[in-house]
Formats: sequence, C-alpha cells, structure tokens
Amino acid sequence: MTFSAELEARFAKMMQSYPPGRERSALVPMLLYAQDEIGHVSEALILEVAARLNISRLDVDEVIGYYSMLHKRPLGKYHVQVCTNISCLLAGGEQLLEHAKKSLGIGHKEVTPDGQFSLEEVECMGACCWAPALEINYDFHHFVTPEKLDQLIASLEKVQ
Amino acid sequence: MKILYNEPSPLETRVLSRRFGLENSERLDTYLATGGFEAFRKALEIGPDQIISEVKTSALRGRGGAGFPTGMKWSFVPRNHPKPRYIIVNADESEPGTCKDRLLMEYDPYQLLEGMLIAGIAVDSRKGYIYVRGEYRYLITHLERVVEEAYSRGYLGKNVAGTGFEFDVYLHSGAGAYECGEETALLDSLEGKRGIPRMKPPFPAVSGAWQSPTLLNNVETFSAVPHIILNGGQWFAGLGTPKNGGTRLVCISGHVNKPGVYELPLGYPMLKAIYEVAGGIPGGRKLKAVIPGGSSCPVLRAAECDLAMDYDSLAKAGSMLGSGGMVVMDETTDMVRAALRIMAFYQHESCGWCIPCREGTAWLRKMLARLDAGIGTPADIDLVGELSKNMLGRTFCALGDAAAMPTISIVEKFRDEFEAKLQSYAAAGLVQVG
Repeated sequence: MTFSAELEARFAKMMQSYPPGRERSALVPMLLYAQDEIGHVSEALILEVAARLNISRLDVDEVIGYYSMLHKRPLGKYHVQVCTNISCLLAGGEQLLEHAKKSLGIGHKEVTPDGQFSLEEVECMGACCWAPALEINYDFHHFVTPEKLDQLIASLEKVQ
Repeated sequence: MKILYNEPSPLETRVLSRRFGLENSERLDTYLATGGFEAFRKALEIGPDQIISEVKTSALRGRGGAGFPTGMKWSFVPRNHPKPRYIIVNADESEPGTCKDRLLMEYDPYQLLEGMLIAGIAVDSRKGYIYVRGEYRYLITHLERVVEEAYSRGYLGKNVAGTGFEFDVYLHSGAGAYECGEETALLDSLEGKRGIPRMKPPFPAVSGAWQSPTLLNNVETFSAVPHIILNGGQWFAGLGTPKNGGTRLVCISGHVNKPGVYELPLGYPMLKAIYEVAGGIPGGRKLKAVIPGGSSCPVLRAAECDLAMDYDSLAKAGSMLGSGGMVVMDETTDMVRAALRIMAFYQHESCGWCIPCREGTAWLRKMLARLDAGIGTPADIDLVGELSKNMLGRTFCALGDAAAMPTISIVEKFRDEFEAKLQSYAAAGLVQVG
C-alpha cells in the first residue's frame, strides 16, 4: 500500500518513538492516522500495518474492535459526531442529535448516499462546559443550536 | 488577547491558569518571560529527594480522579532500577463533565512539559510520553508544534536549557476509549493493545510501560509541579485545606448561567461556585442535584451541597471530588433519564474484561431504559440498586464502581421520581402494570 509522503514520515517517526523491539506500540495511532487518509480501516490496511509491525492480522483486528474511532466501513467525507452525554443531555444534546438525523436524512452510524456525511452519537468529547457540542471530523463546535448545525451542514455540502 | 472558552471569574485563584489569555501563551518566549523553566533549574539544584519531599509537603493529590497523594506516588518509583524509567502524562480526559486538561494543553503546554521534566529529575527518567485522547487531534497537532519548538530551542533533547539534563518527549494518540484513562489500561493501549486493566500489584511505579518503572499522572497534576517547586510545597498546601493542597480547575457544566472552567482553591464552597462563580441557575430555578466530580461520582441532593470542595469533605458526604467535572442539575431535570444516560455511557465503555462490569452495565442499561419508559414495578427499582451494589469492588479497575456509584445514589435519593414515572405512565394507560 502506498501512503502520502507526509504519512510515511509520520510512520517513520512513530517507529522511532518507542523502545527498541516495542514498535507494536505504534499500532493504534498508525491505524487512526491511516484511516484519516484513506477513509476507513480497510482489509488492505490491516494487512499492511500487520506486516510493518510484524504482528498477526488478528492482533490488528482485535485492537480495531476495541477503539470506537476506528471504523472498518467508510465514513462520510464529513463525520458528524454529536455528544449526548450528561452535560450535553442537560443542554439539549438529544434534540440536536434528532435534528441532525432529520437534516442529514440518516441515522446513527449511517452515511448519506453521496458519501458526503456520516453521523454518530458519541460519548463525552470533553466539551462539557460549552454544551451541546459536536465534532465534525476533528473540529469542535460548541454551543451548537439546530440552526447552527444546519448552517454547518450547508457550508459543507458544497465542499468537494 | 486570545479568546478563551469562557470568561474568567474574578473569584478564581489563578495559578495553573495564570497564563490563560496571554498573547501567544503557548509559545516558549511567553513562557520564559513569565518565569518559565525557573522551577526546572531549581529542581536540578535541589535534587530528587528534595523534589519529592516538596511535592509531598504540597499535599498535591492526583487530579485525574482518584486523588492519590502525588508525592507518595513519585516516591514509589525505584530510581536505581536496571530498566529505564518512563514519565507518562494521562491526557485521555474522558470523564463526562470534565474538560480542563484541554485548556492546560492548549494555553500553557510548556507548564506541562516543565512538570514532566521535573518528574524526570525526580525519578531519574529520560523519556516522557503524552497519551492524548484521539478526539483531541487539534491538541496533538498543537503539542507536536510545541515539542518541535522546544527541541529547536534546546528545551528538550540532550541538553535541556543548557543544563546537561537529557529528556525526550513523544506524543501518542488514543482512538476513542474511556477505559484508557485508567492507568494500566492506558499502558496496554500505549503498547498497541486493547486497553484492558492490568492486575495490581505490580503497580506501574514498579512495572508499568514496557515492564519498566513508570510515573503516570494527569495533565493537571504535572502542570501543578513547577509552581510547587518554585514557590515551595508549603505555599501550595496553604492555598487549599489540610491534606488537600492547591487549586483545581473546576469544570462547571449543566444548568448554570456561566458554565466554564474556573480555577478554585481546594475547599471552595460548592454553593458559592454554583451561584457566584458560575452565575447561578438560569431562570431562577431551584437546584436539584449536583454531580461533584465527573459522572462516576455519587450524586448529591441540593440539600447536601452546602460543603467545601475538597477530597475529604466530599468523601464525608458520600461522594468524590473526582476529576473536577461538576454537573449542575436544576429542578427540571429528569433523574431517571440522567441515570439511564450515565449507565448507557458506562455500558458502551466497559472493556468487557470483567464479567460483573460487562454484564452488569448491560443489564442495568436495559432495566433503566424500561423504567425510563414507565415500564416495571417498584421491585425493579430495588433491583437496579441491588445489581449496582453487586458490581462494587468486583472488577479489576474502577469502571464497574464508576457505573454503580452514581446509579446507587440516584436510586436511593430520587426513588420518588422512578415511582412517579411508573405511576403516571400507568395512570395514562400508556403501559400495562402487572
């Protein structure tokens, strides 16, 4: 598999970050950064990472199953993650999630037919004092209202 | 002036957050111009024993949630061990209600690095890792730039600040797992595995990352260290109450007019924090309950909130100071729904290693969902409490307890709300009883 030069440089740095013989430690960040580039954790990626770290594909697979940010199916170009945990719940997080479902026309862990958006109800993302909050890919949005969410969606619909 | 997430309050005691809001507060030059690295130099002068003694005197207790005395933890790391020692920062901030470490890393990352360096001197370590939750990608990118600047200016690497002290810092990303905030699960995750808690002992101080002695603390704990070394343990201890030294970044969220992260001395009155620092409850509504330190802490009724926010006062009130995530709930809050949402979280995050937690959280979620829908009998309410109590203390890590404790407290203190829900749904003919 080929990755961008930037990602290869990151991998090379990761391999040097842990004690000798402990390169497997790079597994989780490697999968996450690779997923960001290719869109999901594909079969080819699992085999590639396993080969690079000299571990079995099962070692990789069991790790993927554990971490909620690692996805085996392609996400939308914009992954909308709405928090409904306690602080967001008290600030209308559930209503925001319902609104997102309606606006995007998809449910939890679903992708729009054009592949532009995916939606996920997520656990606490550390934005409790600025609730309700959501993340689109890695961008935090605080004090989100249904109107603000619609504006965000509209602004991203056009981006190719 | 940099835009902060919330307006600071004049009632704060700003020690760790004193650079928040300064122009370029994250840059080395700002840090150096405001006393940065003086503590590091002093730490090299006084040496490991004196550092640990000052941290002990400071009565600093772990800011991640457990509240273990930091100086004590540091003294457990064997310095003359054949294996290398590692410094690990727990930046996996995931306890619902908690959002303070974010700000410490964003606005004053050098304070954290200096805390790590001092810890490095204290336990004779040359390498540190910052384990940042995957959702905080912007902070990983930010810290990468900071670390790069530190290396290029000689404040990390082979000759830190020209002192001959050697220290390297690496960043490590998580990928979405609350459980990895538990220190031994974090270590497994750091080693490229599922984040599952380890059997203790051995404690990480003796056998942690890659089976080497490891000093692991929360972001806020490390960030307090430069102040302790520079101004003395006595000074820091004096900011708080006995055995509860210093200040804390308290995250006040939920039903308040001015939610935000505020730095308050340990022992600060809880009601003052709610009504003065955070501006009180919107619409003049009444306080119903408070989660004092993150969702794993037992809930306090309004009548129980007239207390000082320190570890011991909270323990006396049957709860915990936890990670500083204070969630305020007013009279409109549906406590059954709150209990359900909290349990749904722990069920989602249970790593599945221990059966009482894996099965217990799943059953409790189902039972609470039924009760929330008005289905069941009063015996089901008892069963929720009973089942929760059977999880307590029966798991490797504290996640089982974290799920059980708030649930037990809500069932005991707000039983009337569960009953009212059952009655009103039955009266409306919405559900069948029997």
